[in-house]
Amino acid sequence: MGFFGTARKLMQQNIREYGMYIALFVIMIIFTITTNGTFISSRNIVNLVNQTGYIAVLAIGMTLIIIIRHIDLSVGFLAGFLGAIAALGMADSNVIAAGMNLPVYVVIPMTLTLGILAGLITAFLVAQMQIPSFVASLAGWLIYRGAILVVTEATGTIIINDDTFNAIGNGFIPDIPDIGILPGIHKLTLILGVVAIILMIFNEINDRKKKQTYNFETLPTEMFAIKLIFISAIIGAVTWVLAGYRGLSWTAVVVLAVTLIYHFVMSQTVLGRHIYAIGGNPDAAELSGISVKRLIYVVFGSMGMLSALSGILFASRLQSATTTAGTLFELDAIAAAYVGGVSAAGGVGKVIGSIIGALVMTSLTSGMNLMGIGISYQYMVRGAVLAAAVIFDVATRNTGK
Amino acid sequence: MDIPLLEMRNITKEFPGVKALDNVSFRVTKGEIHCLVGENGAGKSTLMKVLSGVYPFGNYEGDILFNGEEQHFRHISDSEKAGIAIIYQELALIPELTVYENILLGHEIKNGFVVDWNETIKQAGIMLQKVKLDINPAAKIIELGIGKQQLVEIAKALSKDVKLLILDEPTSALNEKDSENLLQLLRDLKHQGVTSIMISHKLKEVISIADTVTVLRDGKTICTLSKKAGEVSENALIKNMVGREINNIYPPKKHIPTKDVILEVKNWNARNPALGRDILKDVNFKLNRGEIIGLAGLIGSGRTELALSIFGNPDNYQIKGELYLNGKQRKFNHPRDAIDSGVSYVSEDRKGDGLIMIQDVKQNISLANLKELASQGLVVDNNAEIKIANKYKTELNIKTPTVEQKVSNLSGGNQQKVCLGKWLFVKPNVLILDEPTRGIDVGAKFEIYTIMRELVRQGMSIIMISSELPEVLGMSDRIYIVASGRIAGELSAQEATQEKIMHLATN
Repeated sequence: MGFFGTARKLMQQNIREYGMYIALFVIMIIFTITTNGTFISSRNIVNLVNQTGYIAVLAIGMTLIIIIRHIDLSVGFLAGFLGAIAALGMADSNVIAAGMNLPVYVVIPMTLTLGILAGLITAFLVAQMQIPSFVASLAGWLIYRGAILVVTEATGTIIINDDTFNAIGNGFIPDIPDIGILPGIHKLTLILGVVAIILMIFNEINDRKKKQTYNFETLPTEMFAIKLIFISAIIGAVTWVLAGYRGLSWTAVVVLAVTLIYHFVMSQTVLGRHIYAIGGNPDAAELSGISVKRLIYVVFGSMGMLSALSGILFASRLQSATTTAGTLFELDAIAAAYVGGVSAAGGVGKVIGSIIGALVMTSLTSGMNLMGIGISYQYMVRGAVLAAAVIFDVATRNTGK
Repeated sequence: MDIPLLEMRNITKEFPGVKALDNVSFRVTKGEIHCLVGENGAGKSTLMKVLSGVYPFGNYEGDILFNGEEQHFRHISDSEKAGIAIIYQELALIPELTVYENILLGHEIKNGFVVDWNETIKQAGIMLQKVKLDINPAAKIIELGIGKQQLVEIAKALSKDVKLLILDEPTSALNEKDSENLLQLLRDLKHQGVTSIMISHKLKEVISIADTVTVLRDGKTICTLSKKAGEVSENALIKNMVGREINNIYPPKKHIPTKDVILEVKNWNARNPALGRDILKDVNFKLNRGEIIGLAGLIGSGRTELALSIFGNPDNYQIKGELYLNGKQRKFNHPRDAIDSGVSYVSEDRKGDGLIMIQDVKQNISLANLKELASQGLVVDNNAEIKIANKYKTELNIKTPTVEQKVSNLSGGNQQKVCLGKWLFVKPNVLILDEPTRGIDVGAKFEIYTIMRELVRQGMSIIMISSELPEVLGMSDRIYIVASGRIAGELSAQEATQEKIMHLATN
């Protein structure tokens, strides 16, 4: 098989996976053209990443939930509610009666812990009480909606004055001192990008070597080289664009960290394998010694924690907790997960896919905003893209290996 | 009055790789009770599915004549229109609806566009009288016992003006009193002119009720026996049911089992709270090291339930009794406990609860023992996983291009080998195989038998649940016969015959 033959085979086998990247790429190109380049400007891309952040972390958690054949509708208002709790935690009790005067380093772990607890309550209803997750989380949706109103009743919007907290949604990583080269470029971001490329190449080569010691099939050398160059170019390009504005935002750092951790857990660990197994066939998994109940707690607990994180990111971005925070987040997260290739039948889906899905959806919003398209049409376009993505997914499900 | 109501001529029905019915002819006379008997897998249910239109016309070869006319049933509703009603083992009643709603479901009595409930209740009452069931038509199905539900099902069939009533193992879930009731009803209906076909494993019932018996074996009609001619007897039935020779598809025994008990179950009782029924009663058995024991019995006799109750009880039965492994009393609360103690269970339903069909061969093989492939039990070593999967691919001769092939693309026999590989990878001492060769071809069967022989030679002990008598006889060192949740008997390989097993299993 020649070079193009191999390339075609890879393309056929992985069409589902590549489809999303291609879709994202096409959408970005289209908006870049229709907005005369504004879309791809550093400033807009940085904004886009920050806007995606709070949906992206929810989409990651939702991916796991859908993989195990459940759904969680409560995450949006849970995020809003926990954002308000975080705001209250930091508020000065002289200004707001319910304020707790807590430092940010206490408030963040506290909020995340509350999120885990909320997730475990849903899990209890689903695993122990055998209530369908749709209903259990719908109850949560209503309860947390009410809870936001209770918390913000006295004050309305709660303003957050903590600079550290607000930096999560608005700030950027610091730069190294100016050494006179590359003025106007964020050099630490560039350095991190280069480090990422080196680590990626090192990791890939290491992996390939290991495979070869087992005499397993690996990509032909030229394909392997092209793959490395391609991924390096993408990391390089993204880094360059980000560095052109103010560098890597803290939101991006948080989302990257969560993505990497969840991607690692789902693809490399026993826990991840067990989650895919119970999604693929819960009866077979149970008979294989995997406790389905226990994993429902783990997955919903993680969802709760990520809801808290989403609430923190959103409150920090607005520098306040509002009465409507979290509205429709859950549906955006579910849409992102489906666009990213998660299967409603369970057992199929990737964390990275859902991040791409979230980026696709935010890119649509951002691009259409720049083009001045009205909100009514934006909804319709996003709906059409969601339907198209799932149609593509179903149509390609049985191709490849 | 020997007028045929139904004639099925030269019916052949093939599934991929299997001829389920091979040139079967079947003739039912008007006004008789005709019993259809045969071992599990003989083709009885398939024949009835052909008759009722579950397998539509064109899907099989042969002719069906009903009421003197050739019939081309394309759907169940076609055969219903012609006057054929089938009552399956799993009743098709809707538990949350009332008796009268169920009886007239699908052919509601209407007054214009709306259902005439008064007339419905009246008609339902008449039907209930016909089946001699004295209950309130407004009761919900869920409130009735299984025996009464069965009668409601028959009432439903009668309300459709049925000419031929087919009952698939109607008494398998009933107690003796309800069974006798039902049989009496069939006799009464016969006098009212209703013709019935009954599929049954319980030969005593067959002998008591049948006018004519047709025996099927391996998808062929073996004989039709008439009671009037005095041809129907238990011996005649059993002989014809199992009459096949055991050919040498079983690899020879290579070793003698030890007398060293590895697993023992004492006074084992289980109740299924979901069904509200005792499913295992005072079960006692022993398994020696290096031995294959066969659990024979009819479908629904409680063999799978016995295996699951030992294997960590995933269905949450209420269990009383003692389980000893290597002489130590044990209690397994989850399959994980059983697996960790060296017990494996290869389930009877490969697709339903054995394999993860959307995953590949290697992921299925590693699933029950991922920890062994993971450093510190956390991170899976993907390369080691491929290596292990390839090891079982070679040892078990799994025919797949690579271990990265999805198991849904494999044939039944190879899927079964993947299941086996998965459970061998946990390195068990006791391997429970539930119908290990169901639905796979003869070649793959032989390979699985050979693997079983090799495993016991290496010191493993095997419990084999099987509904195929030749397989039980060909492979087991000892045989326990399970009937109605009890151990009905124990036979050594030397003394066991198909007839003896059938006698014990059908009593």
